[in-house]
Amino acid sequence: MTQTLPENLLLKPNRPVGIIGYGAYVPRYRLPAIEVARVWHGGARGGLPIKEKAVAGLDEDVITMSIEAARNALARAGIHAHALRAVWVGSESHPYAVKPSGTLVAEAIGAGPDIQAGDWEFACKAGTEALVAAMGLVGSGMGRYALAIGMDTAQGRPGDALEYTAASGGAAYILGPAEEGLAQIEFSYSYVSDTPDFWRRAHARYPEHGQRFTGEPAYFKHITEAGSRLMRAAGTTAADYAYAVFHQPNTKFPQRAALLLGFSEEQIAPGLLSPVIGNTYAGAAMIGLSATLDVAKPGDRILVVSFGSGAGSDAFQILVGEAIEERRNKAMRTQDYIARRTEIDYATYARLRGKITLK
Amino acid sequence: MEVPRHWRLKQQRYALVGEVCPHCEGKIFPPRDVCPHCGGEAKTPYTFSGKGTVYSYTIMHDAPAGYDENVPYTVALVKLEEGPMVTAQLTDLDEQGVQIGMPVEMVTRRIRQDGDERGLLVYGYKFRPMIAGAR
Amino acid sequence: MRDVFITGIGQVPVGEHWEVSLRSLAARAMLAALHQAEGLRPQALFVGNLLAPVLSHQANLAALLIDNAGLDGIEGHLVEAGEASGAAALHSAFLAIASGWVESALVVGVEKVTDYIGSGVELALAETEDADYETAQGLTLSGLAGLVMQRYLHEYGVERQALGVFPTLMHANAVHNPNAMFRKAIRREAYAKAEMISDPVNLFDMAPYADGAAAVLLSSRAAIPAGFAQPLVRISGSALVTDRLALHDRADPLAFDAARLSVERACRMAGILPGEVNLFELSDTFSIYAALSLEAAGFAPTGRAAQLAEQGEFALNGRMPINTLGGMKARGNPIGAAGVYQVLEAVLQLRGQAGANQIAHAQRALVQMLAGPASTAVTHVLERVS
Repeated sequence: MTQTLPENLLLKPNRPVGIIGYGAYVPRYRLPAIEVARVWHGGARGGLPIKEKAVAGLDEDVITMSIEAARNALARAGIHAHALRAVWVGSESHPYAVKPSGTLVAEAIGAGPDIQAGDWEFACKAGTEALVAAMGLVGSGMGRYALAIGMDTAQGRPGDALEYTAASGGAAYILGPAEEGLAQIEFSYSYVSDTPDFWRRAHARYPEHGQRFTGEPAYFKHITEAGSRLMRAAGTTAADYAYAVFHQPNTKFPQRAALLLGFSEEQIAPGLLSPVIGNTYAGAAMIGLSATLDVAKPGDRILVVSFGSGAGSDAFQILVGEAIEERRNKAMRTQDYIARRTEIDYATYARLRGKITLK
Repeated sequence: MEVPRHWRLKQQRYALVGEVCPHCEGKIFPPRDVCPHCGGEAKTPYTFSGKGTVYSYTIMHDAPAGYDENVPYTVALVKLEEGPMVTAQLTDLDEQGVQIGMPVEMVTRRIRQDGDERGLLVYGYKFRPMIAGAR
Repeated sequence: MRDVFITGIGQVPVGEHWEVSLRSLAARAMLAALHQAEGLRPQALFVGNLLAPVLSHQANLAALLIDNAGLDGIEGHLVEAGEASGAAALHSAFLAIASGWVESALVVGVEKVTDYIGSGVELALAETEDADYETAQGLTLSGLAGLVMQRYLHEYGVERQALGVFPTLMHANAVHNPNAMFRKAIRREAYAKAEMISDPVNLFDMAPYADGAAAVLLSSRAAIPAGFAQPLVRISGSALVTDRLALHDRADPLAFDAARLSVERACRMAGILPGEVNLFELSDTFSIYAALSLEAAGFAPTGRAAQLAEQGEFALNGRMPINTLGGMKARGNPIGAAGVYQVLEAVLQLRGQAGANQIAHAQRALVQMLAGPASTAVTHVLERVS
């Protein structure tokens, strides 16, 4: 497993692709994990997976949150929404089973009709899957700008381990020609296999998961394969990156993934948001990256590796450019949203997330 | 089901698209067939910034059918920075509540569903307190 | 224009008439008014109603009510102007007589609220707002009043509790009205503790919606037989004015321009100044609207109506008595019928038939009904004919 992998393993666009603009969104409500433990176990039974998670309000869903993140991305990009050729929303909680989220988001942000607007689904990597597709669209020269969003109002069955972490939030990215970018996505690499660690059947409200099976054969296997193969193909090591972002279903998994791939705690610190916002599913890696871009310097390289159950990982190597300094101030930063915080109790959470049956 | 009506109003509702009068340049929201400032015909779309201040507000405890699940909610008259006033719900309110004169900004949110849980989701403008942060 | 006289009045008590249908409510009031009018027969019916198509699934109301009351074949019109429907129907009937089109016209305001249970009633009422831009935001009529009241308190530095003077006055006035819904005085402490409906509007700030029907017969001078037994009351002024429907479209949401203009026009038509009337039946669907009506009519400086009310200016023995039989708040608010009840109550005063609440020597009355925050305002001046 130490041989150098061929460089053509990497997905590298014909024309260099950049991040022109990015934007995050985190709703204002926070449910402390101890509150879940209180209701289901009479208090903490040991360590809690995170400190607290972000919860969407009564009037929020993937569409509304995507709209706000996309508006932030447009503000940073400085382009008119009419210039977009794709509006892609990756999520596992699209408000409709059938009816695209993308068309509504596109209309709300002022995009024209000349776009691709299908929704993406690949559990927690639906957002980065959209990002790879956007790289393809822009990198091939088919379209100049594409918007890719990862956003979720994640589901977790009441009382289940997932309920501690399943959270709401995500981020949006506008890709375009690298010369206009605040960062360049140098290449990506994806690693997938049929690994049923977590799923939700059609019409089911809450997902099922394989408990400890979600760890080694699923999360760690795919994250480390995607990350290590990208680095070997690129001829890089962890030391070549200023920062890394890994999918973050809790606090420990991304910390361990970092360790396995040779990254330090400092390298993942800016993008490790799960302790304070929870697992935003398709939004998790995407918003980890937006928080990292908020602090990165020109010349920094960032490794991003998402993970989606079922299972697969998308890895990206990103080179931060000069324009970051000026553009990150043009919209709300990820930490601005995290700082906006209203703590709620379990009863309020149950109401906000539709867990109280009214009819 | 009132699908055509919701569809027809999407621009106004999602993005606060009103009009600018080609005759007197007055900004108009909601859109009208006749300019309220000069009486000319008004048809040129204009997207409002979404920034404004609270002119008045009320906290609704008794909701009409279709809005019951959201009580209590706050409805305000918001004075847009371009001039017009708009009636809209306030959202994401914190312990500080609402004060007349408070700066607010437009967000697009879920307003209600058309009929039962099988019906269309209706999205539209609401306003929230301006968030502190980079802009 | 010909003179127009009120030759008959009839009403049913305002309340929850579970056992009486929409058509029967109307018929009781219509027949009572005709019974008073000594054989005068109308050639036209003008119906004031708002909610029948939504709550009772009944449109084409004029034909139904004519049919049911045995007035077969006469002309019939439905007039809808939100809560001012009844008053607007009266205005239309007035025009029909004044113009010479008919000699007698019957006006009936009728509302059947209790056929429908649930928040659909609030929604139906909210449809009198701008449906696309107000109702769509989840705003009810009480919500509109809340917006107006909050701004009023802010702009004029009025204490929230100050407006409690109006419901207190209405309840006191209704004690002796056998047709009132609430014949019990309330204390200010109860007002202070009342639950919020559309904060700052509380339960006592809001007139209760209820069933009701009231009718008045209008006739030309020529139609009235010699020796007519009832004291005659003339409609000497009648004005209907509209404002921008949505509150947000008005330059000053506290101005109530339509209320002011309709008072000016009705009084000009009657050849009087507003101060020359002996009582004012106003639209207290919400406490704040009572205050703004008084200010728009010029009976109180802006922002000071509650203060003057506190000093007793609008009580039965005050400078300008208002809502002498309890108004919407205590008599009850039968919505599309409310404007007819007001006129009927003013007629009782001018005829000297108001019982314990009789205003001595009542010669003229000003009567005004508003739809919502005065999007439509209908004002009449009534005069006793001596």
